[in-house]
Parts: sequence; structure tokens; C-alpha cells
Amino acid sequence: MGEATGIEIKNLYKIFGPNGKEMVQKVKDGMSKAELNEKFNHVLGLNNINISMPGGKIQVVMGLSGSGKSTLIRHINRLIDPTDGEVLYGSDDVCKMSQKELREFRRHKTAMVFQKFALLPHRTVLKNTVYGLEIQGVPMKEAEKRASRWIARVGLEGFEDHYPNQLSGGMQQRVGLARALTNDADILLMDEAFSALDPLIRMDMQTVLLDLQEELHKTVVFITHDLDEALRLGDRIAILRDGAVIQQGSGQEIVLRPADKYIADFVKEVNRGRVILVDTVMDTTKRAENDLTIESGIMLEEAAKTFAETGLGEANVVNRDGQPIGVLNVQDTISAMVTPATH
Amino acid sequence: MDWIEFPSLSRGDMLTIKKTIDGSFKEFTRAYGDLIDKFFDPLQDFLVLLERLLITSPWPVVLAFFAAVVFLMSRKVSITIGTVIALSLIGVFGLWEDTMRTIAMVTVCTMLAIVLGIPIGIFMASSDRVQRLVNPILDLMQTMPSFVYLIPVVMIFGIGKVPGLIAVVIYAIPPMIRLTNLGIRLVDQDVLEAADAFGSSGTQKLMNVQLPLALPTIMAGINQCIMMSLSMVVVASMIGVKGLGQEVLNAINNQYLTAGVLSGLAIVSIAIIFDRATQAYGKRLQKHSEVVHG
Repeated sequence: MGEATGIEIKNLYKIFGPNGKEMVQKVKDGMSKAELNEKFNHVLGLNNINISMPGGKIQVVMGLSGSGKSTLIRHINRLIDPTDGEVLYGSDDVCKMSQKELREFRRHKTAMVFQKFALLPHRTVLKNTVYGLEIQGVPMKEAEKRASRWIARVGLEGFEDHYPNQLSGGMQQRVGLARALTNDADILLMDEAFSALDPLIRMDMQTVLLDLQEELHKTVVFITHDLDEALRLGDRIAILRDGAVIQQGSGQEIVLRPADKYIADFVKEVNRGRVILVDTVMDTTKRAENDLTIESGIMLEEAAKTFAETGLGEANVVNRDGQPIGVLNVQDTISAMVTPATH
Repeated sequence: MDWIEFPSLSRGDMLTIKKTIDGSFKEFTRAYGDLIDKFFDPLQDFLVLLERLLITSPWPVVLAFFAAVVFLMSRKVSITIGTVIALSLIGVFGLWEDTMRTIAMVTVCTMLAIVLGIPIGIFMASSDRVQRLVNPILDLMQTMPSFVYLIPVVMIFGIGKVPGLIAVVIYAIPPMIRLTNLGIRLVDQDVLEAADAFGSSGTQKLMNVQLPLALPTIMAGINQCIMMSLSMVVVASMIGVKGLGQEVLNAINNQYLTAGVLSGLAIVSIAIIFDRATQAYGKRLQKHSEVVHG
């Protein structure tokens, strides 16, 4: 499989209300969400969104409820029509597709996982999983063969003939995931996919997703309101508030350099040891005397574990070829893990 | 004291209005009556065929056939045994032939109501505007005394099976339409969105998601439809539909208490058989909702 194509969102606006199109200019001229609501009774859903979602990576969009994150993900497969702007997949603008093109795009290029699972209650696990292929017109035998593989891959082997309401929430969402993966689409849209699950199951599903992503390299767009989840999954994270992006970057960038007080408050409670890379803290000007090495690209927490196990005070950080590129010591590791981000 | 009496149209004016409308409708009947009559011929032929089949076949065959159908639908021995007992009693009391006529009538009416009602219900669910338009028509069909719309029907078709059929269908189809509409509208939005997200076309969405999920409500509609057709057979008997209704009518006219009660009970037993069989069938279709994760 070649490298997946990314998604480019450019100047995207969504205004809910009868005359959304006319209101765009007012918003572009700087009218606020509250003012628009008060004066014109229109709701500003998305305000000038620009996100470049890299192909083959997990892009997390994070925000609290009402921030517009669910609205945003529905623009990528145009379940919601934009008021203004572009959603580019390669050279195609999703917003300009005809109904027929859009249907083909949804069938072959995207697959979606929903917060409330949205499985068909009258169909068994297997029949739910083949749904995407069935409407593409893939012969049933072939479709079921492909679906069975993914059902096994998400750990539901033996449950093919069960109905959704015989399964627990976590298992139902595995069906949702299998249904999406069976579509074999480039883009995987996950709308708060794990939010309805309890914490242990949620961790479990995150691991399933990360494992799958390691081999599939799909362009994943993952919506969540949970910062820990965002930091664990996201190659890139965009934070949304009141329909606008207030910061985007890698998890580490957001934790180390929050753009404003709102985000600083958010990241205060984060387990920084799991977000910050050893590369960020190491001293590149020195080399350690001992033989202890730590791989570049791992998180501080793992480095701390190494220190604790060995009892040593410093280690060389080595790159993939085993060449030392800097020194990490216990003192810096611990301070980086416990110092809250200030703005 | 002009205030006491309502300023109504004068007798003369009313007479002119009535005469004009009645006259033009009579002309219409004369001109197109035969044509409309012809149009319904296949329906009448089908009804006659079914009726003759039920009446002329030996009764054990018919009884076995009903028992088999009821068992296949309900998969319940109790309902099947009840059916056999009820039908046997009907036979014992000499109402076999009338009952067969009524069953044939109700079957054809229900089939007609389903064939017409479900598409109309689907269409009604497709937009709020259609719903606003269709709803008052359904109200009219359900509340207008059936004798009123029997007048033009009889004028066109005369007395017989077809006008009875039309009268029954007009009365029985509204719940079919309403419940189909309601069932489709109640389908979970999340599931519909998922269907859209996977690129379903309108037809695929209807066949894979909306109709299957609306099925319990639609089954309730079919059930209501059958019950209402049965309750109309007495009225239909007034315009020459033979069967249990006519027995009841006869009993009313002559104050035959026993005959009336027996025919009435026969109607009730058919209703119960139809009801239990369709309900059980509907429930069986919904087997996915019975087993719940605990």
C-alpha cells in the first residue's frame, strides 16, 4: 500500500442558520460568535479552520463539547455541508463534489467510527461488518471473507453471529472499528470513538488502534475531548475552542508551549513523562562516561524507568544507528516531568 | 329580530347547489362508470377466485392450510391449536361458508392496504411537507362516516364486492400509512448518519436501514389494518358484501339474538387468530432485540 494521502482543510467556515452564506463575510470582518448569535440569530460552528492533516498519521482534534470538533470531522466526508472554504483530499475538493462523486468518495476513500457505535441492531456482527462492502456492490462471499479477517483482527472471533445488543460497549465499538476497517479506505474518521467506553476498555481500544495504525498507516482523524487520549494517540493535535483552532502541533509542543492560558490550564494535569521526548531534555553538548544508553525518541517516563532500574545517574541518548547524540541525567529528567507548563 | 336565526342560504339556493353537484356527478358516473368498473375487474376476479377456492375446497384441507399458515407465522403450538378449535366451532355452528367469504375479503383488503399503504407511508416520511398534506386526508378517511363515501362508490360501482372492498380499504388503510410513516421517522439518527457515511444511496438506506428498523411499527400497522377491516365487514354487508357481516345484519333486522351473537363471535375469533399470528410473526422478526447483553 502506498503512502496515504493527507487532508488539507483551508479557510473552512460553518455557520448554522438560514442565511449562513451571507454571514460569512461578517465573521471574516471580525464579528464574534456571541455577537452573531445575538444580532442575527446564527450560530458560528467553525471559524476559519486551517489544518493540514498529514497522510498516514493520526491527527487528533481536541476540544470540549460545543467546540465544533464533531462538526469539523463531518466536513471531511461532508455529512455536514460547509458554508465556505475547502476540504482537499489530494487535488479533490470534497466541498465541490456532486452527490454521486461524494457517494463514491464516501464508499471508497473514507470510513467512520461513531461515538454511539451506530451499528445496525437487526444485523449480526458479520452482517454489520460487511455493510460498507455490501453497498459498494462487492459480492457477498468475498465481502464476508474480508470482513471475517477484520473481525478476527479486532479480537471478536467467534462473535460473528451475535447481535450488537448481545455485546458490551467495548465489543460493540470493536465491531464499529471492524466495519470501518473492512472498507479498506485511506481515511479513517473517528468521532469520539472511545468516549463512551469505560477507562480500562478505552486504553485497550487505544492500543488496538495504535497497533493497527503501525501496520496500516491510514490517515486517521480522531476526535476527542480527553487530553490524555489526544496525547497518547495523536501524531499531531489541533485544539478547538468556540469553533476556532487555538493551537496545533505535536503533543510535546502543546504541553511545553501552550498557546494561551486556556490550553495551559488544560495541560497542567497531564502526565508529562509520557509526552515529552528524551531528545527535548538531553544536553547535546556532552557525552556520558558510562555504558548506559537510551534510545532517541522515547518518552521521559521510560527513561526514568531505566534510571531507576540501573541506579545510574546519566545515560547517552543514541540514535537509530547507535551513535550518541546527547546526554540525559536523572536530575533534568525528573524536573522536566514535574514542572508544570507556565504561560 | 334577525339575530335569532342564522343567516343560512335559502332553500332554493341549497337545492340548486345540491342539484348541480349531484347532477354533474351522475353524468360523470354515466360517462366513466363502466371504465372505472373495468379498472377494478382484476381485483374482483382475484377476490372471487380466493373466495371460491376457500369455499369449494374440502374443509379438512382448508383447516389444515390455516393451521399450517398460523404455525409457520407464529411457530407456537398454542396459537395453532386455538386456531383449529375456533375454526372447527365455526364450522359446527354452520358459519363455515360465511367465514370463508369474510376471510377472503379481509385478506384481499389487507393486501391492498399494505401494497398501497407502505409506499404512501414511505413517501410521507420523506418530507414534512408531504406529511402536512397527507395527515388531514387520513383524518378525513378515518372520521368521515363510511356511509357518506359509500354513496359515490355505490353510484359508480353499484352494489357488490368492489364497493365493499373500497369502503373497507379506505377505512383500514390510514393506520397502515401512519405507522409506516412513524416507524421510519423514529429510526435512530445515528444509524442513518452511519449509513450515509458509508455512502449509501437513498434506496440502500431505505432497504437496509429504514424499513428493517421501522418493521415493528409497520407490523403494528398491518395488525391494526386487519382489525379495522374486520370491524368494517358489517358495514360492507349493507352494500352487498356477503359473509359474516351479512349474517349480523340479518340478525339485527330480524332480532335473532343467537344468530347475531354467533356471527359476532365468529368475527371475533377470526380477529384473534389474525392478531396472534401476525403479532407472533412480527415478534419473531425482531429476534435480535430479545437477547440483551447482561
